[in-house]
Amino acid sequence: MSIFIDFVLIPIIKILVIVTFVFVSVLILIWIERRFQGFVQSRLGPNRVGPQGILQSVADAIKLLTKEDVIPNQVDRFIFNISPIIAFVTALVVFALIPFGAELNIFGRKITLYLADLNIGLLFIIGFNSIGVFGIILGGWAAKSKYPLLGSLRSASQMISYEVALIMSLVSVLFFSRSLSLVEIVKAQQEMKVWFAFIQPLAFFIFFIAGVAESNRLPFDLPEAESELVGGFHTEYSGMKFAFYFVAEFAHVIFFSALVTVLFFGGWLRPFPNVDWLNFLDYIPPVFWFLGKLAFFVFIFMWIRATWPRYRYDQLEMISWKWLIPLALVNIFITGLIVILVK
Amino acid sequence: MIKSLVFLLEFLKGLWITAKHFWINIFFNFLKLIGFNIRDRGSVTIQYPEEKKEIARRHRSLHRILTREDGSPRCVACMLCMTVCPSECIYIEAEEDPNPEIQKRPSKFIIDLSRCCFCGFCVEACPEDALRMDTNIVELGEYNREKLIYDLNRLVRISK
Repeated sequence: MSIFIDFVLIPIIKILVIVTFVFVSVLILIWIERRFQGFVQSRLGPNRVGPQGILQSVADAIKLLTKEDVIPNQVDRFIFNISPIIAFVTALVVFALIPFGAELNIFGRKITLYLADLNIGLLFIIGFNSIGVFGIILGGWAAKSKYPLLGSLRSASQMISYEVALIMSLVSVLFFSRSLSLVEIVKAQQEMKVWFAFIQPLAFFIFFIAGVAESNRLPFDLPEAESELVGGFHTEYSGMKFAFYFVAEFAHVIFFSALVTVLFFGGWLRPFPNVDWLNFLDYIPPVFWFLGKLAFFVFIFMWIRATWPRYRYDQLEMISWKWLIPLALVNIFITGLIVILVK
Repeated sequence: MIKSLVFLLEFLKGLWITAKHFWINIFFNFLKLIGFNIRDRGSVTIQYPEEKKEIARRHRSLHRILTREDGSPRCVACMLCMTVCPSECIYIEAEEDPNPEIQKRPSKFIIDLSRCCFCGFCVEACPEDALRMDTNIVELGEYNREKLIYDLNRLVRISK
């Protein structure tokens, strides 16, 4: 019975909670983003459906789900159907590894606020992210149309250049955490009493830029590029499949914000662990800190999107190969040197 | 190197500008929500069906025909408006008025709004000040064309 509860019931509840969390926050985020951009541009944004337009994305979702599923004649049907699912599933699977908070005690039973704590956590995440790009590449390729093809080619080259910078910026974090498990990384920050963003600002900077590029957001949304590629890789998609891509993009945004929080901003830890008179902050549950930091980084994602124009293709490549990767290498070298000298 | 740093500085400036816009707009939108309406700050969008823009005094809106004190239309069927109308949307048929001072009156006075271009020439031409375009009615859409043909009774009724 205990085995049943531990290995079947609790994981199923956790899965439901996480998936609901992702879906609901995606729906809310779409609305928030549209209203945010409205205010930035001195417009109002969607404010008709429901109070202040909060049900707008629900209405959009119902529209997309009930729409006819158009499959153009020329497409490669199997890959065309499967690629939105690849993008969608890979964006969701990685949430299993995100630690949302410290352990909880419910009815005398220890419940961890993550679905899985793999000791190869980061590798798993990076691997699944790379597979996620296949959803975009294959989707554009299978559509057999010029704009999706251009979009997916851009996506491929973007992945090649930014994945390198992303992984290299993580190496210097691993010097301190000495583990690939996300939970261990947060615990290392707890022991060191400092968030890694403050001892590794450069790595954080590189990771964040590469994260924006990985989730195909402005200013790196070249695979989509509405104004030049008519929607890029998802030009030929409509209805449900388009919704899959859309949810996947926003899930990526949430996921990268969560990853930045875990790796560089101490996950569920409260700020200022050294200051004694701030100890009352301990009474605020750790989940709150985690979600607060996550919301902050999602806000920055949106802020960046509302501010900066899209990069030109060669500039995009230049930033990665000429700036981010050399900087990441230098960062690894210097950090390694300091770690060796201090030891 | 230096050039790139200036580039970054401009990036931060852009972030500052958008943040400023966002907070100003959200602040004034919130004020509007709880009842303080400050027009000149925040987003200037007019939420049309609920909130209407004030119509200028000189605005040329739907026509009306003015009446004398006894209630009969002032029009003497001089045909000046029909003649001057560039889109030929006015049609008048005259008949004899029993009052010898007036002599003529319209038996039919039709304005076809589906043709009218709201130039206001008919108002300028009218010697009796019988026709004006000052009703401030601008929402004239109808579901069929017959409803857009305004006859004498309808034009007089708008006036009342």
